[in-house]
Amino acid sequence: MATSVGVVVFPGTNCEMDAVAAVERLGGDGRLLWHGDEDLAGVDAVIVPGGFAHGDYLRPGAIARFSPMMGAIARFAADGGPVVGICNGFQVLTEAGLLPGALQKNQGLKFLCQPSVLRVESSDSSLTRRATVGSELSVPINHFEGNYTCDAEMLARLRDEDRIVLRYVDNPNGSVDDIAGVCNEGRNVVGLMPHPERACDELLGSADGAVLVGSLLDAA
Amino acid sequence: MKFDVLVDVRLRGGIADPAGATIERALPALGYDGVAGVTVGKTVRFTIEAADEAEASSRSEDLCASFLTNPVIEDATVTVVPTGAPTDGSTGADS
Repeated sequence: MATSVGVVVFPGTNCEMDAVAAVERLGGDGRLLWHGDEDLAGVDAVIVPGGFAHGDYLRPGAIARFSPMMGAIARFAADGGPVVGICNGFQVLTEAGLLPGALQKNQGLKFLCQPSVLRVESSDSSLTRRATVGSELSVPINHFEGNYTCDAEMLARLRDEDRIVLRYVDNPNGSVDDIAGVCNEGRNVVGLMPHPERACDELLGSADGAVLVGSLLDAA
Repeated sequence: MKFDVLVDVRLRGGIADPAGATIERALPALGYDGVAGVTVGKTVRFTIEAADEAEASSRSEDLCASFLTNPVIEDATVTVVPTGAPTDGSTGADS
């Protein structure tokens, strides 16, 4: 049976079908999960996709954190289940406390929608287990609030614990230490601002995201 | 008792504030020289039921810390006054 990946839909989410298409292209079974439901319907992995959950009102992810589905995701993550937050999904996971730090507005004051090159820094996470450390992946970004920040103590921990899984080769948004993606202590929850689900086919300009989405299928 | 609460949310020092920076850069062109330190935050107002002002303050501070602000990037000041009382030190009377 194909690995099932639940893709969470909040009011304002807009990347869910891209995520489902990427999962299915790689042989998985992508299923939409409504944020107001309280269980994960038995899926093997979870993607919190991009968009503007709850209109990004107050702060990106601030209101999404209170959706019933987030309680189920927190329990799934605590049991070691693989969870990936992409773009707005990364913001949701930081607001929910499943990942450290926060995403502030881009340093260059611009909304950025462009290809970016990522360097794989750790292959020990649910999103990077198929990837080779040091390899570079072309994956697009599409955000205004993607400038990762955390306090100095947390940054030192992330480095010491090898939890910075992806870095920008040419930092586009001012993120501290060029961070593009981080994982939790258990390494099963990963957040990143770039969109690997939009880079799973050469027709889209890059298929480099497939190694990341494929890693999630392996981790499930 | 009902209290009026005003929460003033500001970005912490060092956190990118593109709205503030853009406004500040525009000011000289409008003839406003010598204006510096422009920051843009947000204000949240609500009323809260509580037995007394201390309880209203503590519940509002809680709400502020757990939801209205993200302490990684924001600070806030919470002002609580009994509903109907002036919040700005004036008498509240219109002439």
